[in-house]
Amino acid sequence: MANGVQNDLAADERKQTIVFENVSIGFEGYPVLEEISFTLEHGETKILLGVSGSGKTLILKLALGLIKPDSGRIYVLGREITQMKEEDLFGLRRMIGMVFQESALFDSLTVEENVAYRLYEEHIAYEEIHRRVIEALRFVELEDTVGLYPPELSGGMRRRVAIARAIITEPHVLLYDSPTGGLDPVTSTTIIELLVKQRDVYKTSALLVTHRLQDAVLMATHYFNRQANRMEHIPDGQRGDTHTRFILLRDCRIIFQGTAAELANSPDPYIRDYLS
Amino acid sequence: MELFSPTEFAKDKVLAVQEYALLSWHSLTNLFKQPRYLADMLQQADLIGVGSLPIVILTGFFTGAVLALQSANSLTRFGALSFTGQLVSLSMVRELGPVLTGLMVAGRNASGMASELGSMKVTEQIDAMRALGTDPEKKLVTPRVISTMVMLFFLTIISDLVGLTGGSMVAVLLLRLDSNEYWNYAWRSLAMGDIFQGLAKPVFFGFIIATVGCYYGLSARGGTQGVGRATTQAVVAASVLILVVDFFLTRLLMVIVPVR
Repeated sequence: MANGVQNDLAADERKQTIVFENVSIGFEGYPVLEEISFTLEHGETKILLGVSGSGKTLILKLALGLIKPDSGRIYVLGREITQMKEEDLFGLRRMIGMVFQESALFDSLTVEENVAYRLYEEHIAYEEIHRRVIEALRFVELEDTVGLYPPELSGGMRRRVAIARAIITEPHVLLYDSPTGGLDPVTSTTIIELLVKQRDVYKTSALLVTHRLQDAVLMATHYFNRQANRMEHIPDGQRGDTHTRFILLRDCRIIFQGTAAELANSPDPYIRDYLS
Repeated sequence: MELFSPTEFAKDKVLAVQEYALLSWHSLTNLFKQPRYLADMLQQADLIGVGSLPIVILTGFFTGAVLALQSANSLTRFGALSFTGQLVSLSMVRELGPVLTGLMVAGRNASGMASELGSMKVTEQIDAMRALGTDPEKKLVTPRVISTMVMLFFLTIISDLVGLTGGSMVAVLLLRLDSNEYWNYAWRSLAMGDIFQGLAKPVFFGFIIATVGCYYGLSARGGTQGVGRATTQAVVAASVLILVVDFFLTRLLMVIVPVR
């Protein structure tokens, strides 16, 4: 673990990674999220679906404590963050990895400096930092880009560097904000494969926001085969749960929570329309 | 079209003042909290101090030179041309050195800070920094504020010196004054109060430049256009604030350390 604090987490605190209890928030008098409640269990991946502007990214920012809700409670790794001071939140955020929609890499730093950012802050020895950076970049298959600057990378590469930056400290929970947004189908599949690998190999809990239904389905129906070192489709009835659940937002509220099969079989006309 | 609400306007302005005051307060108090970003402070000191040196030298030199020219014009009428050194010296050290250096550094660095932090804000890099567990005020604002305060102090000393040199070149080459006489008057006319006044101001101006630049940068909204707007506002606000604060500061310093 990168941080000593991380080891102190009690097992029961890790069981429920993120809990939203009746969370509401609005801007300039208009509600954006109302009475949002859900639980992200340890090792589970929850995929947030919904049309643009439905508040999916806002849920990630609330979970990270970047924005405070108007009402309700949010628990992250067993701690209530809604009343926490910004200064106290910094410590908690070090246990959470976030991949922003547009990567949000520091464009004046090299890829290595971006990925190692958290480790530099912890004053870890350079040799150790370099080893872990290469390890993280190898995970996203970009170990040759250490000396490059973010503007020199393609959109997909930037997204993969952002993933490397998020996972380098081995966080307890990962928040992905549209990691495949604006990418071509091949690159999108590569990114999803990395997410599936992180889920199945490291069992990291994750909240994933996506507009692309095919990516969500891919995550729910595929697992990472360690022997073959690639993502494979789960043969019907042969393997267990991928621990992937769906949340669908509509008109500021959650209208569906459940598995891929439950989503596909939902009789709700809006959901059927959304899926088609 | 939405009607203009004076109440909302007033609320926005009060909120902006409150946010600026809090940012300014934190920028100084962060110095007494861990972690301290010494490397960032040194880097900013290099960017602000060394980077601003050419414009400070140029403005200082020509201000001193033109002061000598203008004052000679008036002093000749009273047969007091030899007092040119005294006039240049007092004007540069008390007022023009700190203010012009402040304005030059404001133009160069308040805009630089606003555009850099503004770009980081609109591309979510500030949020990414917070998400990575780093306080942007500690990492970005405090090093800029401290570096600007320290470097403006030294830049003002350089500006004063270069201004006096510019004045001496005009005095010797154009006005045919004796160099020793010029420097003698320039040096002997300065009292402790003048020097204290001239060197206290840049510390305040440096604080204004950096806090205003950082505030507008961190408040930037609306993409690249918003960053451009923040940059312009930062330079205008910092420059105006320097001139306004200069007046009150001069009055205050005159009371604290009376000048002859």
